[in-house]
Amino acid sequence: MPNDPNERPTLPMSTTLNMAPPLVREQSSAASVLAGVPARLSIQNLDFYYGANRALKSVDLDLPDRKVTAMIGPSGCGKSTLLRVLNRMYDLYPGQRAEGRVMLDGENILDPGLDLNQLRSRVGMVFQKPTPFPMSIYDNIAFGVKLHERLSKSAMDERVEWSLSRAALWGEVKDRLASSATGLSGGQQQRLCIARTIAVRPEVILLDEPTSALDPISTLKVEELIDELKQDFTIAIVTHNMQQAARCADQVAFFYMGEMVEVAAAAQMFTAPKQKRTQDYITGRFG
Amino acid sequence: MSTTTVDTPPVARATGGNSRTGDKLFAGAATASGLFVLVLLGAIIVSLFIGALPAFRAFGPFFLVNANWDPVQEIFGAAVPIFGTVVTSVLALLMAVPLAFGIAFFLTELAPAWMRRPVGTAIELLAAVPSIIFGMWGFFVIVPIMGTYIEPPIIDLLDGVPLLGTLFSGAPFGTGIFTAALILALMVIPFIAATMRDVFLTVPAVYKESAYGLGCTTWEVMRSIVIPFTRVSVVGGIMLGLGRALGETMAVTFVIGNTNRITGSLFGPGNTIASIVALEFPESPAGSLKLSSLLALGFILFAISFIVLAISRFLLKPKAAA
Repeated sequence: MPNDPNERPTLPMSTTLNMAPPLVREQSSAASVLAGVPARLSIQNLDFYYGANRALKSVDLDLPDRKVTAMIGPSGCGKSTLLRVLNRMYDLYPGQRAEGRVMLDGENILDPGLDLNQLRSRVGMVFQKPTPFPMSIYDNIAFGVKLHERLSKSAMDERVEWSLSRAALWGEVKDRLASSATGLSGGQQQRLCIARTIAVRPEVILLDEPTSALDPISTLKVEELIDELKQDFTIAIVTHNMQQAARCADQVAFFYMGEMVEVAAAAQMFTAPKQKRTQDYITGRFG
Repeated sequence: MSTTTVDTPPVARATGGNSRTGDKLFAGAATASGLFVLVLLGAIIVSLFIGALPAFRAFGPFFLVNANWDPVQEIFGAAVPIFGTVVTSVLALLMAVPLAFGIAFFLTELAPAWMRRPVGTAIELLAAVPSIIFGMWGFFVIVPIMGTYIEPPIIDLLDGVPLLGTLFSGAPFGTGIFTAALILALMVIPFIAATMRDVFLTVPAVYKESAYGLGCTTWEVMRSIVIPFTRVSVVGGIMLGLGRALGETMAVTFVIGNTNRITGSLFGPGNTIASIVALEFPESPAGSLKLSSLLALGFILFAISFIVLAISRFLLKPKAAA
């Protein structure tokens, strides 16, 4: 795997399992709704097409550094599509294309020449359903790390412990790291997937309805985890659950029919939205 | 929830015996069909064994290791056909599996959308080509090519090299064990490739996306996600191919050379259980020791197939969580 340290901000990891704050190299010109917080990832005039069908229309949105941005809106509004643009997942499928700019550290990630594997190590993703790989818990975590870094056994052990601890799973699995990950409960599996994602030490984490397949207690754990993780990572979460958006997010963006209708700080969004469509949606009048 | 006071209409439950009788009939028919399979399998084994009994009585275990096939003195042994069957089949799989994997990998992960359907259909059509056609094509096309262009340079090149020199030595007739294995490989590729493709497609997209999402390349996704997920079915597909290779008769009979001799060279002639049975069966009078020996060979082929299946089952047994 290409792993040029010059191309990627290296995040020094201290032995106390805390992470040094990531470097912010470039701030976008677009203003963030959160005062004083620079944008880590900046989406500019983004259009997305499934074949001839335009699924995103001129979206402008900044993800503020080390804050949680929630994307809400009715099904089919384009919020999941937007996530799949941010790590170029759509590239796997023919006929899907994006136009516009998505700036990460001063680099347009929509650039056709971009190293996709490296991008995806910088922008991690957690899916709706837990997707533990058919291997041990330890190997699930080490798997992603091995793709990008060559670590000694002890460094890898440390990394595995670090990411499992950060995902609030270490205590539950530390005695059975060698057993199959598929034996974990749904909630544990999802936290494992989060641990697997942060083990690669991305800059941005994309969460696509991460709790929609989980029970309330597991959901609560994942939400607490999100709150914890934003110290180190810039997070984008797609959710259908308005309370979840209110609980987790610093910034909320409302999407409707491929357009981003409104973006605001979470408190403002849920108390005094500016747009009528936003208000109708969050008060449950449609969607 | 609104609390209306509309009466719920009474349910008219069928109490008649009709549906229950139908259920019983259906269950009985299905059970009988299931049992039929067992009975059929048992009947084939038993009748083969009874037919083979005179040969087993006459030769004992020696039958398995005796390399003679002498109808004049009525001494028959199974060693050469067993050897030929196993060697051609294993060699065929060695050639077919990598190619079939490549085809399946290409079709599921790499091929542009417009190519997938035509190539996939071609694979399925190839699987439907009757083996006699492979046999004729092998005899008239592949054997001359092997004998003229492929075997002589290989024999020359490896002459004097230890082991390899012996494996690829002898006269370049074109026919022989290697050519038979080659034809077998071509015949089983469509089966293995089609099975692999189908099982690769069963891996949920979200798992592949998770792996891509960590920064995997296509090959890494294949190796770490798709293959572990489909391991059982992939080996199942390979076993399907092996099953066909072990029992394949006509195509092999055309090109293997049909000599009851074990040579150290893969270019040398040989025979297989199926080919010797096909060739000798018409010349075996009912009740003769020769016919019984052929039936014994059939029984052995059956046993080999059974062992192959049992081993694959055993290997594929899900490993208990450590």
